[in-house]
Amino acid sequence: MSLIELKKVSRIYKMGETSIQALADINLDIEQQTFVSFVGPSGSGKTTLLNLIGCLDKPSNGEIKVNNVRVNEFNRKDAAVFRGTNIGFIFQNFNLLPILTVYENVEYPLIMVQNIPEKERRDRVLKYLDAVGMTDQKDKYPSQISGGQKQRAAVARALVSDPKLVLADEPTANLDHKSAFMVIELMRQMQRELNTAFIFSTHDPKIVKEAEIIYTLEDGKLVNREQITNSDINAKEKN
Amino acid sequence: MKNIFKISLRNLLRYKRRTLLTSLLIILGVVMVVVFSGISKSFKEMMIGTITDSMMGHLQIHKKGYVSSIDNLPLHLNLKDEEINNLKSLLDENSDAIEAYTFRIKFGAMLSNYEQTTNIRLTAVNPEMENRASPALVARINDFSGEANFFVKQGELIIPENLAKGLKLKIGQEVVLVATNQDGSVNGMSFTIAGIMTGLTGPSGRDGYMHIDDAKDLLRIYGNEINEIAIRLEDSDNLKNVNKMLSQNLKSLNSAIDRPGYELHTWAQLSPFSTIATIVDLLIYIVKIVLISIVLISILNVMMMSVFERVSEIGTISAIGTLPSKILWLFVTEGFLLGLISAIVGSIISVISLYLINIAELHFSFGRMQDILLKTSISISELIIVSIIVIVISIFSSFQPAYKASKMEPVDALRHV
Repeated sequence: MSLIELKKVSRIYKMGETSIQALADINLDIEQQTFVSFVGPSGSGKTTLLNLIGCLDKPSNGEIKVNNVRVNEFNRKDAAVFRGTNIGFIFQNFNLLPILTVYENVEYPLIMVQNIPEKERRDRVLKYLDAVGMTDQKDKYPSQISGGQKQRAAVARALVSDPKLVLADEPTANLDHKSAFMVIELMRQMQRELNTAFIFSTHDPKIVKEAEIIYTLEDGKLVNREQITNSDINAKEKN
Repeated sequence: MKNIFKISLRNLLRYKRRTLLTSLLIILGVVMVVVFSGISKSFKEMMIGTITDSMMGHLQIHKKGYVSSIDNLPLHLNLKDEEINNLKSLLDENSDAIEAYTFRIKFGAMLSNYEQTTNIRLTAVNPEMENRASPALVARINDFSGEANFFVKQGELIIPENLAKGLKLKIGQEVVLVATNQDGSVNGMSFTIAGIMTGLTGPSGRDGYMHIDDAKDLLRIYGNEINEIAIRLEDSDNLKNVNKMLSQNLKSLNSAIDRPGYELHTWAQLSPFSTIATIVDLLIYIVKIVLISIVLISILNVMMMSVFERVSEIGTISAIGTLPSKILWLFVTEGFLLGLISAIVGSIISVISLYLINIAELHFSFGRMQDILLKTSISISELIIVSIIVIVISIFSSFQPAYKASKMEPVDALRHV
């Protein structure tokens, strides 16, 4: 069953008299538990597409279904509730709240969004901090840890509410090469262990090869879909 | 809710200097209001207390029309025996609210020391009743050392200080009072100066005191007649309620008689000092408006800056799934906490300041009264009111920036650098 379905989705931004077509007639089906990448040059529409799938923005035309729910007509409150229960987000700039510790940042969605009881909350936070290898850093504030560690904490925050889908917009853009691979590997590992679908955008050709399916965007259009086969993955693992 | 408070408090502490400066501004405003209020209210209460305790009482009853012609001190509007008894019964029925009352005859007379003559306004009283209703009166009599309940005896006269100076009168000296009676005839009697009284309002005071029985003899009043009843309440704060209650009772008494009825006035309606009291209240309101402006502008400023600086964070928490209403409460709670903390600290500093003023024993003058000790006080209810004003205005002023934050589109907020 498809996790995400987009039918003839367009997004047009109006800036005064000028209209900018950010996305044009996008048709897309993404299965559950997949590891997908959107690639393309700057301005190709990667972020716009992620924002539409993530219910952060509304399409100008077309229909979007996420987890079999039509999301393109959500109001602000319904969109927030849907995001809080179905979608996790990882941002290019990590976007951890500076006033909260790593533990509290991961705990935030469970308190402020899902209202999970304290015991369960603690167990889940510790589980995901352990999964991303941040248990020993849990009492530190974001300003006290490295970029790679921040993004690992952000991965834990995105996963702690057990979403069906995690969206990551350029998650490695602000990381060095080694940290970038570690974060992508972590996301891949989480996708396998938790059966959560991950969609990330990138323009880094080395990172993009980690995806199972690669969608290429150009000028707001989907121009290519590449499925990485098992033999490709085995060849990569040998290398 | 606990977590909203925790996050809001941390956000406040995140910009320590700015929070501290804003908080200091509000604290200063609270201290200004409470200290000003404490001093001015104490001054006002002392002033009102002096007027009511030594002269006017809290309420006065006269025959209808008496107050409008009070400058002439008319005798044809005297209350007669039956009326006095009715009013006495009414006042006795309300003894739980009324501490004491006194019957008076007020009239004008000529005072002569056999060489010079001048006019004088006289209040003829039963000294025992008068002392209960105006307990501070005897304190105005210079060097008084007798029994307060007998501060003026028959054959004695207490004259105002300026007349004593003008006519060079001394205690023990004999004077003559000449007064016009109700029927227009004139009568004169000699009296001994028993006391010289400090004027309450200044050197222009021309009010003297004498025994009510002497006044009846002088004015040839046969029977029980008075023209004023002054009432002292158990609790001066209860004035409004007692006034309302007595007014209703007097209305029923008025409707039962076909003659001109009775009129009831508060001290404020009879004394020009009520204007000063009103001005003091007005000043307190003005200072409160200044406080409200300080809180409104400073919190609005700090919260607007706070929202502007945290646009990206608002986008993040919104994307994660935080409801717009929770985002709104996060910011409103920040304003609330800033107001709450400032109000508490401001109230504590204010109380300490008032205590220090009392310890310093500052003195001032009021009218002819010199060297009055400034005793400041502030009620818990006043502190609570000021604190509530600060907190409510803090919430109100943070609402607009908070609303703005809650209405931000996450996609736009996340794009903000």
